[in-house]
Amino acid sequence: MSAPTHVPDGPAQFHVFEEEHHEAGGSTHLGFWIYLMSDCLIFAVLFATYGVLGSSLAGGPGPRDLFSLPLVALNTTLLLISSITYGFAMLAMYEGDQKGTLKWLAITGAFGAGFIAVELYEFAHMIHEGAGPQRSAFLSAFFALVGTHGLHVTFGIVWLTTLMVQVRRRGLIAANQRRISCLSLFWHFLDLVWIGVFTFVYLLGVLR
Amino acid sequence: MAIETVATPETSFLLGRLTWAALPLHEPILVATFAVVAIGGLALVGALSYFRLWGYLWHEWFTSVDHKKIGIMYMVLGLVMLLRGFADAVMMRLQQAWAFNGSEGYLNAHHYDQVFTAHGVIMIFFVAMPFVTGMMNLVMPLQIGARDVAFPFLNNFSFWMTAGGAVIVMASLFVGEFAQTGWLAYPPLSGIDASPYVGVDYYIWGLQVAGVGTTLSGINLVVTIVKMRCPGMTMMRMPVFTWTALCANILIVAIFPVLTATLVLLALDRYIGTNFFTADNGGNPMMFVNLIWIWGHPEVYVLVLPAFGIFSEVTATYCRKPLFGYSSMVYATVCITVLSYIVWLHHFFTMGAGASVNSFFGIASMIISIPTGAKLFNWLFTMYHGRIRYELPMMWTVAFMLTFAIGGMTGVMLAVPPADFVLHNSLFLVAHFHNVIIGGVLFGLFAGIYYWWPKAFGFRLEPFWGKVSFWCWVAGFWVAFTPLYVLGLMGVTRRMRVFDDPDLQIWFLIAALGAALVAIGVAAFLVQIAVSIWKRDELRDTTGDPWDGRTLEWATSSPPPAYNFAFTPVVHGIDAWWDMKSRGYVRPLEGFRPIHMPKSTGSGVILAGLSTVCAMALIWYIWWLAALAFAGVVATAIWHTFNYDRDFDIPAAEVTAVEAARTRLLTRGA
Amino acid sequence: MQRTTLLALLAAPILAGCDMVVLSPSGHIAARQRDLLISSTLLMLVIVIPVMVLTAFFAWRYSARRGARYEPNWSHSTGLELLIWTAPLMIIICIGAITWVGTHLLDPFRPLEHIGERRPVPANETPLEIEVVALDWKWLFIYPEYGVATVNDAAAPIDRPIRFKLTASSVMNAFYVPALAGMIYAMPAMESQLNAVINVPGDYEGFSSNYSGAGFSGMRFRFHGMARADFDVWLAKARIDGGGALDRARYLELAKPSENVAPMSFDDVDPDLFRRIVSRCVEEGRMCTDEMAMLDARGGTGFAGTLNTVPDATRQASALGHVPFYVRSFCTVADAEADYGKQGLVLLDPPPPAAPATDGDAKETL
Repeated sequence: MSAPTHVPDGPAQFHVFEEEHHEAGGSTHLGFWIYLMSDCLIFAVLFATYGVLGSSLAGGPGPRDLFSLPLVALNTTLLLISSITYGFAMLAMYEGDQKGTLKWLAITGAFGAGFIAVELYEFAHMIHEGAGPQRSAFLSAFFALVGTHGLHVTFGIVWLTTLMVQVRRRGLIAANQRRISCLSLFWHFLDLVWIGVFTFVYLLGVLR
Repeated sequence: MAIETVATPETSFLLGRLTWAALPLHEPILVATFAVVAIGGLALVGALSYFRLWGYLWHEWFTSVDHKKIGIMYMVLGLVMLLRGFADAVMMRLQQAWAFNGSEGYLNAHHYDQVFTAHGVIMIFFVAMPFVTGMMNLVMPLQIGARDVAFPFLNNFSFWMTAGGAVIVMASLFVGEFAQTGWLAYPPLSGIDASPYVGVDYYIWGLQVAGVGTTLSGINLVVTIVKMRCPGMTMMRMPVFTWTALCANILIVAIFPVLTATLVLLALDRYIGTNFFTADNGGNPMMFVNLIWIWGHPEVYVLVLPAFGIFSEVTATYCRKPLFGYSSMVYATVCITVLSYIVWLHHFFTMGAGASVNSFFGIASMIISIPTGAKLFNWLFTMYHGRIRYELPMMWTVAFMLTFAIGGMTGVMLAVPPADFVLHNSLFLVAHFHNVIIGGVLFGLFAGIYYWWPKAFGFRLEPFWGKVSFWCWVAGFWVAFTPLYVLGLMGVTRRMRVFDDPDLQIWFLIAALGAALVAIGVAAFLVQIAVSIWKRDELRDTTGDPWDGRTLEWATSSPPPAYNFAFTPVVHGIDAWWDMKSRGYVRPLEGFRPIHMPKSTGSGVILAGLSTVCAMALIWYIWWLAALAFAGVVATAIWHTFNYDRDFDIPAAEVTAVEAARTRLLTRGA
Repeated sequence: MQRTTLLALLAAPILAGCDMVVLSPSGHIAARQRDLLISSTLLMLVIVIPVMVLTAFFAWRYSARRGARYEPNWSHSTGLELLIWTAPLMIIICIGAITWVGTHLLDPFRPLEHIGERRPVPANETPLEIEVVALDWKWLFIYPEYGVATVNDAAAPIDRPIRFKLTASSVMNAFYVPALAGMIYAMPAMESQLNAVINVPGDYEGFSSNYSGAGFSGMRFRFHGMARADFDVWLAKARIDGGGALDRARYLELAKPSENVAPMSFDDVDPDLFRRIVSRCVEEGRMCTDEMAMLDARGGTGFAGTLNTVPDATRQASALGHVPFYVRSFCTVADAEADYGKQGLVLLDPPPPAAPATDGDAKETL
């Protein structure tokens, strides 16, 4: 309904008589963008929290003791590659290649799962060492920020799996295409957030 | 360290920490309230069953995705919660008027502290927010010539999440306790050490569940306004109420995630022992105060901007003139929206941020009064050379202008940091924010209710009881809050339960009298609704345009058909409907086509219900139930996405029949 | 003084009938805060009164029943719109200017320059220091200069600058004596400051103005402004009536929650007590936050920092049962051996260069 319709001057026309085809979900992309921005604010709060509390170690271990850059590099690589493979899924979708789409989505999901696995290993290791989220405000803020990102990725994987089932059942119909492109936005957004996490938490933490 | 009347019980696997001791059987006030609620509830359930209304309610209302019905449900929720929040207010006024000369009053600290916390939480989150959201839902799509909102299912889900939050907060009345922390639950007081029992958990999860609904509804309404306007309605032709709705919803999207994140951090402190807001191990309670007010200050504008929008519509209609300075009104709204995000620190100048920071935030806060002042002048000059009809909405508007001028002035006083150092947290502050929230938001909502009631239900509200309600409310407001201004200048601080200076009592007695007047106003309002329903045939609006309105919602029938407009309108200027009327608009009588509409769905009710169960389980530490309910939420959400069959066509024949019925009404009325 | 008198005169009609302490305070700072309050109000009335009068007048004049001139399409006037934006702007510029200046001059952290209108602080006068601790639910006042402490009762000589240093034991409170000066938050693990002076002898009310839990209403104290000789008598009386020494153990006893506490006093106060309260290390063996901050600034204590936590039975466990803990202060090798035994102690690294620890002990890596 928002498409510009030519309106002649004068009193004659007060109605659209030829109703445009109401495209279901025509606003979904805008809505999803706004949702992402609101999610971005959640991360903003968590980043700010980390900024305030990141140096409050409470006489406990600090970033240099806890962060293992090789592990983080692996993690970052996994997530960045998953973004590229998602891009291939989108390309396959544009070509109407259902099999290709599913294949690339599966690969993306696998990389995402790899990322989660590495993150869980990192968390488990830290907690095992006695550096759990309770130890200091720094660790609370660290676990909250990185963990929230990880939860988002987990949610993305659940969504991705659901979508794969739906694509298999119904094919690349308009509704499924819309969902795949929304998930694409979500997935790249998480990548972007991770770059922030990687830079501000891990790199600066170790360099500081 | 905290003194608790209910000791933290041991937890069991099956019921967590829920035991018989959680029922406040030792509080006679609560037992009596529970009896009344239970009898009333049983009577309601009985009546609904007797008249076989459950199916009707479920199919026509609970699962409806029609924005008008959802709007009405929001308003009903707001009204029910208003009664609860107001009962809390009366209890506080009574306690404070009573507890002098060694008397402890009739409420102990455990109870009184819950009452003022619940009052604040309920009035903001479950009265003002549902009313405002409901009003925007009901009116805004009609004003922009749309058939529904952008995401109708999401709209239904948002409402039920808000309702779920309200259910959680109400449950705390009879099972366990509510927070005793004040409505913003500052840590460390809201931390697990000072508040070990369920009160703060009720607070956290009630707000989280409702907050999800509010955020989603904000996204929904922003997209609706941006994408669903009818042809010809450019941004600068939108009705002012729609503009304020746009700004309010942008603010919602910009602030509620902050609230959600902040409360999650507080919950983590309480649930897994993190150290965000603790005083030990590096935590920083002041960060909570900053974060919560980054949400809290713009929240005030989320509430008051739509009220400003309502006043703008009402003033133009009843003065029979276009709004004076439409564009400056729009710019003022946008200015306020932007500025409201950078003034949060004025809520805690006295935390000692330093002179430069304090002055920055103080002056930024004052600057907001410039666009707000401009708005007041715009309404004023709309009245100038107008022909004012004093129907109830206009009476509320004039009362608002006089009341709000004072509230705005005391607001600027509090924005001067050195002055705030002597008035912060005093009853002066309490009087100020009631002055702007009652005088601004609530008066605006009343104006809106009287103005749009005929649109929603097809009959006007009977004016006599409305006038009784109006005068009691306005007089009651001033009698109740002027003493609080005085008491604030006498150095009396808020949230006190007992007093030892007998000179203060007279002022509290006057304030209690004011509360009694307001109570008559509330009762008269309820009587008015009942009388109006009784006499609905006399008060019937057959025209769809009872006030000779100016904007598109008056172009359709009252109440509007499910599809709102048989043909999507085309707009040629501001005040579209007035423009159509003055250019000899003729209502089309034939050529109707099928109309594409969204289908009802029960998913929203189920999802919100499961979320509520999950929240209750988390509050009571019933972990298995929380996990189960959460899994249920995820499963239902996924199941919902497998339903691709979400809309249908209203056949042309049905549209023709509905429109023919309206034609008959119109000719009969004429 | 003239301006103040004028303002007081203007406010007089409102004052009649009740004692509005905020508008007629007895301390210089509160008086200047009052002046700002009144002058900003007067400035705003310049615009609020016309608006209210015009509202009432237009509402009456343009009522449909009265049939005044009706212009159904008049909705714009550039001149008028300029006026309605600039008039509030001008007022706000004025209030903003006095706000900027006033906020800086009256910043509670700023040492006093005047003890009254045109009465500078005498050159040889030092401020009276009072350390204030908001406890659950009473106020502790420590006079480090005199080694005296009082509960729910405070005094100061008139015309001598007072420097309050404030903190809290558990939750946030705000310290407020309306007759003296504005309020300031007292928060755990933080130290805030308030500089003030009392000019008129008298017995004033003080209380917490930030809700702090069940005993909040009873968290009141008296603040006495006294001539210097009377203040000395008050101090002497506090010493004589004193309930003994206030050391760390006695403080912990005092800090336990209690309501409506009657005034009491102590005659021998641990001079380090206030610092320890702020640094949250009154209890034996806890690492002070200042020491923590120093270690944190050096990048933490490595994995040794995961071993120095001690379960704290006095605190509430989290919902999922995490046992709260406190951070033990680092100790010498000898202390650690005493605690853990020789076998339990493994020296991983040679000790790093000793930190200039204020707590007296060199850091040792366990």
